[in-house]
Amino acid sequence: MESNQILRLEEITKEFPGVKALDQVHLDILRGEVHALCGENGAGKSTLMKIISGAQSFTSGRMFFEGESVQFKTTREAQDIGISMIYQEFNLIPELSVAENLFIGRVPVNQYGKVNWKKLDSDAQVLLKRVGLEISTKQLISELTIGEAQMVEIAKCLSSDAKLIIMDEPTASLTDKEIEFLFQIVDNLKNQGISIIYISHRLDEIFEITDRITVFRDGKYIATKMTSETTHDELVSMMVGKDIHDLYPERKVAVEKEATAVLRVEQANDHQKIHDVSFEVKSGEIVGIAGLLGSGNIRIGKLISGYYGGFDGQVEINGKAVQIHTPSDALEAGISCVSDDRKIEGLVLIRSVKENISLASLHRLLKKRIFSSIDKAKENQVVDHQIERLNIKVSSSDQIAGNLSGGNQQKVVFGKMLETAPQLLILNEPTRGIDIGAKAEIYQIMRELSEQGIGIILASSELPELIGMSDRALVMREGKIVKELMHEDLTQEKVLLYAAGGMKDE
Amino acid sequence: MNSKVSQLLAKYRTALVLVMILVIASFLSDSFLSMGNFINVIRQVSINAVIAAGMTFVILTGGIDLSVGSVVAVAGAFSAATLTATQSTFLAVNVGMVTGAIFGLVNGYVIVKEKVPPFIVTLATMALGRGIVLVYTNGSPIAVKVAAFKFIGKGYVFGIPFPVIILLAVYLIAFYVLQNTKFGRNIYCLGGNREATRLSGVNVGRVELMVYVISGLLAGITGVVLAARLGSAQPTAGTGYELDAIAAVILGGTSMTGGQGFIFSTVIGALILGVLSNLLVLMDVNPFATNIVKGIVILLAVVVDNRFKKLSKTK
Ligand SMILES: Nc1ncnc2c1ncn2[C@@H]1O[C@H](COP(=O)(O)OP(=O)(O)OP(=O)(O)O)[C@@H](O)[C@H]1O
Ligand SMILES: [Mg+2]
Repeated sequence: MESNQILRLEEITKEFPGVKALDQVHLDILRGEVHALCGENGAGKSTLMKIISGAQSFTSGRMFFEGESVQFKTTREAQDIGISMIYQEFNLIPELSVAENLFIGRVPVNQYGKVNWKKLDSDAQVLLKRVGLEISTKQLISELTIGEAQMVEIAKCLSSDAKLIIMDEPTASLTDKEIEFLFQIVDNLKNQGISIIYISHRLDEIFEITDRITVFRDGKYIATKMTSETTHDELVSMMVGKDIHDLYPERKVAVEKEATAVLRVEQANDHQKIHDVSFEVKSGEIVGIAGLLGSGNIRIGKLISGYYGGFDGQVEINGKAVQIHTPSDALEAGISCVSDDRKIEGLVLIRSVKENISLASLHRLLKKRIFSSIDKAKENQVVDHQIERLNIKVSSSDQIAGNLSGGNQQKVVFGKMLETAPQLLILNEPTRGIDIGAKAEIYQIMRELSEQGIGIILASSELPELIGMSDRALVMREGKIVKELMHEDLTQEKVLLYAAGGMKDE
Repeated sequence: MNSKVSQLLAKYRTALVLVMILVIASFLSDSFLSMGNFINVIRQVSINAVIAAGMTFVILTGGIDLSVGSVVAVAGAFSAATLTATQSTFLAVNVGMVTGAIFGLVNGYVIVKEKVPPFIVTLATMALGRGIVLVYTNGSPIAVKVAAFKFIGKGYVFGIPFPVIILLAVYLIAFYVLQNTKFGRNIYCLGGNREATRLSGVNVGRVELMVYVISGLLAGITGVVLAARLGSAQPTAGTGYELDAIAAVILGGTSMTGGQGFIFSTVIGALILGVLSNLLVLMDVNPFATNIVKGIVILLAVVVDNRFKKLSKTK
């Protein structure tokens, strides 16, 4: 038994100023197993993984690797002993090429210290092949999609001869095809006797690829189960502490047939990736926009939110034509957009939760006096309201946004955009990295907003969510809308079929 | 317990360094603690501190303004020339301030509209400004002879030197703007993540432009004060002031990448530099050696600062 165990944690506690992120947790990992770590946002999963991989120290407790007591001061020490981690936050250097990133710190050199570019290139190609990436090794990381960058991160991890690989929400930004490839990789690794700790909020993935599951709640260890001996519902109730039955809340008030259009888009065109897109969103309607990566389903929302400056075509809000050249124009017109990339487009990571939540609506929080000073009492009030409404786990609203867990960061972005009181809310991958309980809450809020008459655009690669929430869905391919599917016709197969271009619309 | 202490230490580290230097200084030199010397130090510091206030705005957005030293000279010269021509202190002061603001406007415009890095733009306007003042004055100082004008540099109000009053006013306003206004909030957020701030509906270009105007304006004011104090506008005035201002901001712990920092720490940073030079003078240290000491102190401060930051992060 002993020899079969690769990693063992006993009573690990981790305190941050004002927060106990981990409270005497246990974890044991066997050789060659895929072990899931589950828990709500802020449960302490990422923190524990950072401890195991040497990125953070622990306050108290014991850690054993292959039977030996260990305590890493740097990630290098952990890597040398055979522990590698794929971070939830990207760790790649955007200005360097794919190959350079893959072998960072270990670039092959000749005896004079000159880089052997040929070898670097061919080694990199081998790694890329292993993860099924068809990109040039010379491309810069900044030119890749999030999914591609994530696969590079995974490839980098494979290159380091690890015995234990930690994957913290690796699929959050991957396409279905990439996910499939990742699962094959996981299978291969497992067959080679490598252990994997796998974190994901997508429970079906966990049941597909893991052998055992450990659950944390609020920094505490709850249980470890064999995957084959537990169920979806049991897992959820262990995580959340209660049962969740209806993930997608039923619409109580039907969208009126004659409802006015909140948004009308005519012939929107950026002459690059969006080509003459026209559609409308009725008051109170949730319109899903589906499509494969690069189909334009995310981009169309950003385009009409002024992300890329002006564009050709007409936009009407509540029947009135509006000119949109900047994000500020869009917000003023009543269009708010939650970005799919919270680190770069959503949050100011080094500033507080409060400053982030109020950032887009400061003009409504001013005292009518000199210098447009902020009414701090009012600001605190609205910020606290969003924190409570979205159940954001913070020690105080002055906490630095970058210190929040991934899912709670996502909620901050959501709260910021809700605070702008939009007529039209555009949600791009709104539940990425969010736990199942919080997902249910966000769907509930979407439903309430729509019943208040707000129009919602939901662009998501998670089809169950898109299908569960949308009154109507538009399928996009190569920058055009190729199909409109009403709620009754909305199935996974149909969406995929049109998205992939398997069927021509009449 | 322990972590609370280290957090407090980290928060007030700049002030602590200043107190340490003050204590050491009072041991090393008897004349250091006299009221006369104290006022003298603060008056000297006020020159650098006012420029450094503007520099703090710029650095908080992640930028830099190298042109401030030259702007001091140009603004001083234009102001003195106006005074000579019109005898109007009011006009002269305004010309000085507007000159500074225009420099800031040019810096900001090229940085925002042409997307040229601030370092390059302000390096160019630094050379440009120095060239303008040398050509304009033909290399010789312009004397100022109006008493009201001189008061700005030499006068006292309730026993406090007028430049120190300007310093107080500048810092109080700067503090208010940064902590309490939408503009201040936007500066911090823009410095933290420009793209996310833009996408939140903030006109980031305008905010950026404004910080350079503020920096130029404050350099312009300093040019006027300096000319008034010296009794003449020197074409070489302000040489190297940009470095002193940047040093004060760094000593104050403001992050060079933007988004984090505190305006009052900058004035403490300026005080540290000022007390240090004063002490070296009082101790009769070879004036050529002052820069060596300054350099060492800045290095030390930044190294200690980094240690502190790591401490408060990992523990
Ligand atoms: N550097 C830090 N300073 C203060 N608090 C922190 C820091 N890092 C993490 N925390 C807190 O520790 C708790 C656990 O966070 P962690 O990131 O481990 O959660 P998680 O389980 O990975 O959640 P998610 O599913 O959202 O990614 C959170 O409450 C978070 O705010
Ligand atoms: Mg996490």
